[in-house]
Amino acid sequence: MLAVWIVLGLVGLVLVYGVLTYNRLVRLRVRTENAWSQIDVQLRRRYDLIPNLVETVKGYAAHERELFEEVARARSAAIGATGAAAQASAENAITSGLRKLLAVAENYPDLKASANFLALQEELTGTESKIAYARQYYNEQVRLLNTRIQSFPSSVIATLFQFERREFFDIEDSARGPVRVDLGSTTTEP
Amino acid sequence: MHEQIAANKRKTVLLFVVAIAFTALIGYAIGFLFFRGGVAGVVIATVLAVVLSLGSYFAGDRIVLASTGARKVTAEQEPRLHNIVEGIAIAAGVPKPRVYVVPEQAPNAFATGRDPQHSSIAVTQGLLDTMNRVELEGVIGHEMSHVLDRDILVGTVVATVVGAAVLMSEFFMRSWFWSGGRMGGRRDGGDGGGIITLVLFAVGIVLLILAPLAGQLIKLSVSRNREYLADAQGVLLTRYPPGLISALEKIRDAPHAMRSANNATAHLWLEQPSRVPGQETSTMEKLFSTHPPIEERIQRLKEM
Repeated sequence: MLAVWIVLGLVGLVLVYGVLTYNRLVRLRVRTENAWSQIDVQLRRRYDLIPNLVETVKGYAAHERELFEEVARARSAAIGATGAAAQASAENAITSGLRKLLAVAENYPDLKASANFLALQEELTGTESKIAYARQYYNEQVRLLNTRIQSFPSSVIATLFQFERREFFDIEDSARGPVRVDLGSTTTEP
Repeated sequence: MHEQIAANKRKTVLLFVVAIAFTALIGYAIGFLFFRGGVAGVVIATVLAVVLSLGSYFAGDRIVLASTGARKVTAEQEPRLHNIVEGIAIAAGVPKPRVYVVPEQAPNAFATGRDPQHSSIAVTQGLLDTMNRVELEGVIGHEMSHVLDRDILVGTVVATVVGAAVLMSEFFMRSWFWSGGRMGGRRDGGDGGGIITLVLFAVGIVLLILAPLAGQLIKLSVSRNREYLADAQGVLLTRYPPGLISALEKIRDAPHAMRSANNATAHLWLEQPSRVPGQETSTMEKLFSTHPPIEERIQRLKEM
């Protein structure tokens, strides 16, 4: 009789552990998904800003056509990209294109001084750093989720209910260390 | 971090219990001296204290913001500040706090609210004018850590409860002063006024003793250690210690005084607000010292 109770007790403990672990995994997965959609929101914000910025720069520097096309290409490539790794490399192309665009703007004092350009520049800088922060948070959540999925004994529950490991967003950058987004004049002394 | 949150929630409950018990005691004293029976006094005082506690829990952030003269700013008015607050909120994985600006020239900032879902971050105009983007990010990172750790809950409740005690003590001392003045004019009149004066005097004295006690309570409940902690945690969010270091150095060297500096809200600010800048802090400010020395904070950040 006693043996039966002990066995029942053990089974109960295992069940409780299983439920707790399952819930924790679900919570982590939801948080990771939210983090991903936050990155998505900010990336979309940047896609929306690009045509405005290009138009504004065009007004002052119409002959930089090649650069405008490069940025536009990078933008449509990024919109079409699927998966964290492909998305990350497409976004990097946008970032470098935008950096060139802003560097070009440095040569046009009228453009640099226009209120429209300054507002767009602040929006872009803000969005760039939000993308960086969203990526930082997402990678942190992915790290937590992947660790729990791989480590024993939670790995048993993870396999049983098919929790999958996630890809890091832009793993090269995060491995290299902190990424500072610096798009120029807004970081200089006021 | 979870321990920090739990400890701060415990502290808040303790604060409410102490405040309510103390008010009940005063109510009992008034009832006993005044009406020859303490029960009614205790009941009235307790109800009053519970209402005040609920008020400080649910509306404490608004009271604190109003007392500093902070006004809400939109993303159109302050795009840079809004972008930075939103960015750091994303890094911390919490909703974006409401954004306020305090019309003060001294560069400083504070956070208030009760949890990350109900939080506000206020910065002074001086901070906006003197800090560049990375410095501002450092400051907001520090404030966001207070939000995450629920330091804002304890801080806001302390500010409102202590603020109420200070207000009441002033009220009682003033009414004692006025009724005392009147009584001097009719020294041989009825002694009813005499008893009122005596009671008000006694309450005033009790509250006068209470005020420094409350100051001590601030020191105990908002340990200076949490500023180091928020510095470290804030840098973890921005991943860029030089930003906060440079911001603290600018705050240290700023020549402006804080007009709205007072002991009830001093502990909330990024750096203890001072009425006399550039000098050694006065004895009164030292008594209510809520922050570690700014040099020590800079040093610790540099060692990270």
